Amino acid sequence: MEGLFIQTLVSGLLIGFLYALIAVGLTMIFGMMDIVNFAHGDYLMVAMYFSFWCFALFGMDPLYSLPAVTLLLFGLGILTYYLLIKPIINAPMLSQIFVTFGVLIFLRGLATFLWKVDYRMIPQTVLSGNIHLGDVYIGIPQLTAAAGAIICNGLVLWFLKKTRLGMALEAVAEDKEAARLMGINSDRMFALAWGIGIATVGVAGALLTSFYYVFPEVGANFGLIAFVVVALGGFGSVTGAFAAGIIVGLVEVLSGFLIGPQFKFMFVLVLYLGVVFIRPQGLLGKK
Amino acid sequence: MTKDMLIIDNITKRFGGLMANQNVSFSIAEGEIIGLIGPNGAGKSTLFNCISCYYNADGGRILFHGADISKKTPEAICRMGIGRTFQIVRIFKEMTVRENIMIGAFLKHVKLCDATAKAEETADLFGFTEKLDLPAGSLTISDQKRLEVARVFATEPKVLLLDEMMAGLNIQEVRETTDLILKLRDMGITLVLVEHVMEGIMPIANRVIVLDYGEKIAEGTPDEVVNNDKVIQAYFGKKYHAKRRGRTAPLQ
Repeated sequence: MEGLFIQTLVSGLLIGFLYALIAVGLTMIFGMMDIVNFAHGDYLMVAMYFSFWCFALFGMDPLYSLPAVTLLLFGLGILTYYLLIKPIINAPMLSQIFVTFGVLIFLRGLATFLWKVDYRMIPQTVLSGNIHLGDVYIGIPQLTAAAGAIICNGLVLWFLKKTRLGMALEAVAEDKEAARLMGINSDRMFALAWGIGIATVGVAGALLTSFYYVFPEVGANFGLIAFVVVALGGFGSVTGAFAAGIIVGLVEVLSGFLIGPQFKFMFVLVLYLGVVFIRPQGLLGKK
Repeated sequence: MTKDMLIIDNITKRFGGLMANQNVSFSIAEGEIIGLIGPNGAGKSTLFNCISCYYNADGGRILFHGADISKKTPEAICRMGIGRTFQIVRIFKEMTVRENIMIGAFLKHVKLCDATAKAEETADLFGFTEKLDLPAGSLTISDQKRLEVARVFATEPKVLLLDEMMAGLNIQEVRETTDLILKLRDMGITLVLVEHVMEGIMPIANRVIVLDYGEKIAEGTPDEVVNNDKVIQAYFGKKYHAKRRGRTAPLQ
């Protein structure tokens, strides 16, 4: 029983890191320009399909195609900004919701049209296998995903706090007009935020593909969890998203373990409601 | 006389039916301190916004070292060497003092360590050495205003447009601000100051330009301008002006 409990904690922690990685792009884009990207989970789906097809068509392991997936999603993020977001950047919030929601429907529809609703999975990857630590089994794909998520989140944080471009991003996030008068091209910074924000789900998608099914609706669940994570961590807070990802991961597995697996998402959503009622700004959010 | 570096040529800016600036022309020579004064709503800030390309003027040209800059973007203007501050401070409140100045320093210094060094050097000059790690939002208003100047100074501008630096400051702070402005001038920066605090601007300005209802009504040395009929009318109204003239006329 005790071993099972520790096992549960470990899996919660591992999935939590991945949740944090999925959420970081969402919170970053929101923090930069107050736009909620409803299609966030569906970019994850696109990344997973790309990973899957790299394997199915070229026999490339998801781990090896990760850089390509990341780069592709980076480009997709930038394209999304210039094509869809830039025209509505000063539009009312409702228009912004419609646009990103439209992207969600479009991407899901496109995936269903092209690849049907089948669940696909890569049977064997270079990461397949388990590590035994006493009574605890840790899946190597999950462990790799968690490690990748920690590294990637760390890189994003380092980039934002310790580089010229990252600080310029933060400046634009705080006051676009003042940043422009410091010679910062705010348009390019917004595009960069979209590029990085979507590239992080690219990393997450590539890591996830080695142990999770790929199907057109896969983004729905992960997207929803990303929203819970961002709300809990505080909209716009990267460190908050990191902490909140872990909390959500633990809540999910613990409620599944203690109460019943069919209730695990219920408790995640109860957590979300609790945050909205008690601390709407989230753990590390402002205002 | 050194040659004119910034020429404002017939600038016009409309907001619907309102003429915020109407055919305003003047020129600024290198190393000058220019005071831009006028009653509230005279169009001083609008003119600043036109020069920094925050707004694009509806008519006229702005020449900087001979090139027309009136259609450029604010970030391009900054890179060319024209910096400005806002009437209401717009520092990055969530960042520390050091980070604020670094954002400016990054324009000319790509490497993090160079920008940090530049920021700390700038902080010395502006008296922020002790406050480098404080969040900018926790500073007093006068410190925040000075930080805004420090931040734009770090972009190494040739011209600085300062919008109401002295508003809301006490006498001591006004004196410190004028000292600072003179120091910047001595470092080779040309300054244009929008100001309501006359005792701050008049002693240090080489020339003063007066706007009223969007038009330039006077230009000259501070002495010339304060005795100008149109200026007195603009500030005190026609009635007071007539009374004042009536009383002083026999003496002249």
